[in-house]
Amino acid sequence: MSDEIEMEEGGGVVKKFMFLNRKAPYGTIYALEGLEVVLISAAFEQDVCMAFVDDGVYQLMKDVDTSGIEMKNFSKTYRALEGYDIEKLYVERESMELRGLTEDDFIVDVTVLSSAELAALMAEQDVVISH
Amino acid sequence: MPTIEVNGKTIEVDEEGYLVNLSDWSEEVADFLAKEEKVEMTPNHWEVVNFLREYYNEYQIAPAIRVLTKAIAKKLGPDKGNNKYLYELFPYGPAKQACKIAGLPKPTGCI
Repeated sequence: MSDEIEMEEGGGVVKKFMFLNRKAPYGTIYALEGLEVVLISAAFEQDVCMAFVDDGVYQLMKDVDTSGIEMKNFSKTYRALEGYDIEKLYVERESMELRGLTEDDFIVDVTVLSSAELAALMAEQDVVISH
Repeated sequence: MPTIEVNGKTIEVDEEGYLVNLSDWSEEVADFLAKEEKVEMTPNHWEVVNFLREYYNEYQIAPAIRVLTKAIAKKLGPDKGNNKYLYELFPYGPAKQACKIAGLPKPTGCI
């Protein structure tokens, strides 16, 4: 197992991490806390991707206005991910279509994968963190 | 909650001295916070502080130092987007000191 893990120049171990988001952005703290974990994880220079499944696809909606619920609008923060070198964002097609959404509804560029494709990708990861 | 007093106005800060409410920020508040950090504000300091405020406005987070350096290099050129330049302006850490002076929360992804 360990000899399959790619070594970076500094000699550190690079593992494949997937952060799996299943919950709607507002109403619970999961999405915001999860996003902060992802941003912090970027400092460790791992191979990080994010996947959005079920109501998690709503996290990427653009033109969100949170003034009515008095919560910080962190939707724009997903656009900062690129600057943190987190560029692999996957959305499950079935979840997206079931909710009547298309890629045009999202605040960032994503790769849309079928449930089967996403399952295969998940199987390749060293670590999957779900929230 | 600790407070600071600027021009007769009482402003809430957290235990590390970061503003609790971003809307309390003004250039006078920035000058006050800079003095507490023993930073003499020059146009180069203001450029970084204003850059951070714009970044926050666009992304709703204070960037990690690595991300800040890269973003400044992109916008203001490599002469300014490097650790040496930023640490000369803010010796105790650009992310920590410049974010505080800019009225932002402590950077996300800062370890």
